[in-house]
Amino acid sequence: MAEIRSLRDAVAGLIHDGDTVAMEGFTHLIPFAAAHEIIRQGITDLTLVRMTPDVIYDQLIGMGAARRLVFSWGGNPGVGSLHRFRDAVENGWPRPLELDEHSHAGMANRYVAGASRLPFAVLRGYRGSDLPKRSSTISTVTCPFTGEELAAVAAVNPDVTVIHAQRADRAGNVQLWGLVGVQKEAALAADRVLVTVEEIVDELEPMPDAVVLPSWTVSAVAHVPNGAHPSYAAGYTVRDNEFYQAWDPISRDRETFLAWMREHVLEAS
Amino acid sequence: MSDTTNATPAAAPDGAARDWTPDELMTVNAARALHGSRTCFVGIGLPSAAANLARRTSQPDLVLIYESGTLGSKPTRLPLSIGDGELADTADAVVSVPEIFNYWLQAGRIDVGFLGAAQVDRYANINTTVIDRGPDRPEGRLPGAGGAPEIAASCGKVLMVLRHSRRNFVERLDFVTTVGHGSGPGDRARLGLLGQGPVAVITDLGVLRPDPETAELVLTEIHPGVTVEQVTEATGWKLRVAGSVGVTEPPTQAELAALRALKSGGEPRA
Repeated sequence: MAEIRSLRDAVAGLIHDGDTVAMEGFTHLIPFAAAHEIIRQGITDLTLVRMTPDVIYDQLIGMGAARRLVFSWGGNPGVGSLHRFRDAVENGWPRPLELDEHSHAGMANRYVAGASRLPFAVLRGYRGSDLPKRSSTISTVTCPFTGEELAAVAAVNPDVTVIHAQRADRAGNVQLWGLVGVQKEAALAADRVLVTVEEIVDELEPMPDAVVLPSWTVSAVAHVPNGAHPSYAAGYTVRDNEFYQAWDPISRDRETFLAWMREHVLEAS
Repeated sequence: MSDTTNATPAAAPDGAARDWTPDELMTVNAARALHGSRTCFVGIGLPSAAANLARRTSQPDLVLIYESGTLGSKPTRLPLSIGDGELADTADAVVSVPEIFNYWLQAGRIDVGFLGAAQVDRYANINTTVIDRGPDRPEGRLPGAGGAPEIAASCGKVLMVLRHSRRNFVERLDFVTTVGHGSGPGDRARLGLLGQGPVAVITDLGVLRPDPETAELVLTEIHPGVTVEQVTEATGWKLRVAGSVGVTEPPTQAELAALRALKSGGEPRA
């Protein structure tokens, strides 16, 4: 059953040095506040898994929290590069970053296999691409029925998945809607699950197309209004596109980045 | 990839300023290339501008599909990301990311994939992963594959839109992220790629299309005010030129008004 905990306690209790951590949210419902708490607590040597590293992992990578990144598209959507990600990969700053790189279809199916507790997933993918040459988690399998050769991708089973969601009830049942991305698959693939929510309510009112994660699939829920900013939670907040654009000059320079992180993350709480 | 609008108006050979920019020419022609398509899997940036313009001009029924899981988005202004709230709020249906890739894209339900690229070669293969900067320097890092490998594999056909330069149109890709026509005719079938692959590459200088015999990109059209020499100069391989190169129709006032309204976030002024 999910415990309702403070963000600080939940992060300290669930996420440890060296863990494989997926902080998901496909543009929507990205758990930024939880990432900032990880940075404040100095948790490090993480393997970070996310389809789109986005600004959230740019921040974690730039602060030296990650040793490895598993991903499928590493840009600032609609803006340009993720400069801290690039600096880590190209120059090893502030530390080298190993990569396991996929396509979106491959990553999505790795989560599906993880949630299904299967060793791998099958798709028509990567045909002719150089991507399999650089990854040990992409292979092929022959269909036993038709003989067709298909791509096989290894399951992802994070130690911890962290997501943001719109709301939970007091028993810790979680409800999210809108662009649900891979939130459900990432949560069900993990050993431990932390969900930050906009609101904790007495009773979850049904919403169209909502995903519900029953309390017994979640380790902890933390009440963090606006905890996805600059991402967003449909029905509560809107995506702060101006921040995503502002991140480009902030993150381009190491010192400007560190100063920003000190002021807005390390010295905030 | 940055989507900064090139603000310099195209100059005609006689030096007269025209009422549009090279980027507008590119986007208008990219939108026109969607003519006759019903469903389009839309990449962010230039492809999104083109697909939205098509829906706002000649193709009002065009179904826009974004990898964030939206089917039939009808945004009134250009989204910055593939996951802006308006894409979901205006969609016919919103599905999960595994579902959009497995049930919709992989299943072959989508007519056209619309992609941008960092590097393209003569067979319209795409690199969006790394740039080789020489033996003494580390590889330059690009964002990576995203949805492109499977979009190019599984959509009925593929359109590409990118700015024309020797940096982007290269003799040899540093990395093959996404297969267009591989190493030539028959490669797509051999690899088991279901769709017909790239059918046009629209740039700020003109339009390239694969030769039906060799699958190599050939310059078939130039934009008004552009010369064939400009295009061959901006291409990193010896670009083949069609026997008779067409000139694209200039943008209409309606197209320009709709595009500018999308970029500024409102209804086009009449």
